[in-house]
Amino acid sequence: MSSTAERTDVLVIGSGFGGAIAAYHLAAGGAKVTVLERGPWLESNDFEHDYKLGSSYTRAFDFVVGNGMSILGGNCVGGGSVVYFAAMPRAPRFVFDRQGSIGRRMWPGAVSRDTLDPWYDRVEESLSIAKQDWKDVSYAGGLWAAACNHSGRTANPLAVAIDNTKCVNCNWMMAGCRFEAKQSLLVNYLPAAIAHGAEIRPLHEVQHISRTSDGDYQVHYNVIHDEDYRLQAGSGVIEAKIVVMAAGAGATPVILQRSEPHLGTMPRAVGRYFSGNGERLNTAIIDEEKAAELFGLDRGDGLAYAANQIGKGPTVASWDKLDGSLPEYSRYSLEQLYFPPGLGTILAQVPDATGASWFGKEKKEILKKWTSWLTIFSMIEDDNEGVFGPPPATGNAHRISQQMLGRGNLTYEPTKNTLGAWDASDAEVKEILEKDGLAKVMPWTNDLVGAYTVHPLSSCRMGDDPHTSALDDRNELRDHPGIFVTDGSAVPGALTVNPAMTIAALAERAIPGIVQAAQAKGIAVTYGAPAPDGSRSGRKKVLPLLPTLTRA
Amino acid sequence: MTLEAYADTIVPGQKRSPEDRAIAGVSTGGGAVQAGALELLEWDATGIHDGLDDLARLVNEHAEVYAGEQGLTLDPSVPPFVALEYPDRVALILRLTKPGHPEKDFWVMLSLFCNMSFDSAAHLHTAQALADGHPGLAAMGLSHPDADGLWRFKDFGYGREFARLHPDTTSSGSPA
Ligand SMILES: Cc1cc2nc3c(=O)[nH]c(=O)nc-3n(C[C@H](O)[C@H](O)[C@H](O)COP(=O)(O)OP(=O)(O)OC[C@H]3O[C@@H](n4cnc5c(N)ncnc54)[C@H](O)[C@@H]3O)c2cc1C
Repeated sequence: MSSTAERTDVLVIGSGFGGAIAAYHLAAGGAKVTVLERGPWLESNDFEHDYKLGSSYTRAFDFVVGNGMSILGGNCVGGGSVVYFAAMPRAPRFVFDRQGSIGRRMWPGAVSRDTLDPWYDRVEESLSIAKQDWKDVSYAGGLWAAACNHSGRTANPLAVAIDNTKCVNCNWMMAGCRFEAKQSLLVNYLPAAIAHGAEIRPLHEVQHISRTSDGDYQVHYNVIHDEDYRLQAGSGVIEAKIVVMAAGAGATPVILQRSEPHLGTMPRAVGRYFSGNGERLNTAIIDEEKAAELFGLDRGDGLAYAANQIGKGPTVASWDKLDGSLPEYSRYSLEQLYFPPGLGTILAQVPDATGASWFGKEKKEILKKWTSWLTIFSMIEDDNEGVFGPPPATGNAHRISQQMLGRGNLTYEPTKNTLGAWDASDAEVKEILEKDGLAKVMPWTNDLVGAYTVHPLSSCRMGDDPHTSALDDRNELRDHPGIFVTDGSAVPGALTVNPAMTIAALAERAIPGIVQAAQAKGIAVTYGAPAPDGSRSGRKKVLPLLPTLTRA
Repeated sequence: MTLEAYADTIVPGQKRSPEDRAIAGVSTGGGAVQAGALELLEWDATGIHDGLDDLARLVNEHAEVYAGEQGLTLDPSVPPFVALEYPDRVALILRLTKPGHPEKDFWVMLSLFCNMSFDSAAHLHTAQALADGHPGLAAMGLSHPDADGLWRFKDFGYGREFARLHPDTTSSGSPA
């Protein structure tokens, strides 16, 4: 063992859901925890309402263009939770029985909706997740609900991690919540982890992991320049007994690939089976007169809708197709969403365009109707088609812009199953929104940056079969004891709903196993912390489950 | 001038003067050029600032090939891409950004930044850009922030129940 390297008990890579939850519980249990996070540490006052490159909006993001799939994720302390929309539904029951591309159940036998529910409860308590009321629903959500109802469908205000008493409906959630209304990890798990002594180091990008002679790990990082992420400001190594990988599904497998020469062969499923959670966006251009005429919509000032800019991300979803009796690849949810200009507008296409559909004269005309846009987000069941190619020199992408934009090695070629599911959901969105002339609808183009996901999953997934899963059913990397993966890459497949709730619940579920592994390596740590705010009812329900989660 | 013509093809605007050749003039009001596309592209934050001369040279070469194929005679007093009529500029950009084109990544990125100059004024502080009447943000109808530069919407929803809930919904609002 090298005597010069810094040492910690538990080294956590990434500070999003997987990282923050692990950091909190292990620190609260008594371990020395160090978190390395490649992005900056921004606080409420740093969250600007500004699209300028270099403002919080671009500093907090990572947009990686791959071959056929682009990933948008968080890049800051708090990870995706800082930029997310805080829609936190549980995954429907049938999801856990999915077979996907492998032809047999892809989730570990130990995980089902029933066995995960107590862990979902814990997250619900920790992030104050609550069902919204119709009075909390934005204009866009109301319009989507009215359209669903008009075409004979149901619609649900979403469960969200937002304190509506503080929310001002500014719709800048993607730049970080200035008003601390959003329950990002910056206001619960992370401060609680710090209170228990966890150390968080921003602008530390992990490059690879190696092993010490006595079976511990060395984690190698670069320090990133705080404004121009293309520049490095040093590097270092930390030794740890336990490594928790939570760099997100677009980065965790890349770090493992780069570590293979040092750690030895990786399980086959590392960097395979990537899923974009089956995401797809459709842009509808609402006919304002029809919206008034068909649903009696009125904002009180003569406007029916024209409210694209107002609100708080998704507020209403249609779940009629989340029916477990339907065949796989035909189940999906349809969620109203807000997407600000800059990151997605270019992908919106002109309905019925005669020439170019994503740029040009006609595109400019629909940009002029931007306030009347309504964006619908489909989450279908895809086929886990994504595969990561050889890792780039550093990080998980070749960085192009000072922030935000990079080129990565993920290849995603949608199968017939995925394409069919996208088509079916597109057709339904069209049917609902074009009924009686309410709107004109077109899906975003995949031709420019491939499919587009903000919900990367499954690139290092858990399961029972070593051939198709990189982790066992307790999130430990096969053949590499002491390395655990707790982020979205562990989730076996698309969820048909927003994933953060499930990522968080699985991370909560992984903790007892990590604590046990830490204890076995001589770390003085125990399991049993309450929710970050001290609430205890969630803990009560999971304590009886511990014997099922620790190794004999 | 070539890059102005490219930007104007992505989000077209109105000619700045009758002699304006870069802007094709197929649309009224400002387009990407007036929105500051060149300013954004030339900013080192984008990461494409270094390659702009190469991109201009390349797109002109492609324009010559395209013109040859179509049997078009190009006015030699302006760069070849600028000499193309608007529909031909569009056709060429469609070709360069099509999946499978070996240079697709570059042209998509160039297009992305041209569009961003218009739809989000990524080279300017948003509140200031709005106050100054930025043509893209104005055309899209973005509202102005409060005096402290932050947006807040007091009225944000219809406050009405619009639909039946899905019958299988848990008490905390999840699919059952
Ligand atoms: C715009 C947007 C809106 C979203 N809205 C929702 C929503 O409403 N509901 C929902 O359920 N989900 C939403 N999501 C998705 C959600 O944010 C992610 O699913 C979730 O954050 C994933 O958690 P994670 O722990 O897997 O990874 P992340 O939260 O992505 O955390 C990974 C962290 O690791 C860091 N990292 C990466 N590489 C390294 C490295 N080499 N070294 C050190 N650190 C590294 C990253 O910077 C990041 O902070 C949204 C995402 C986006 C982008």
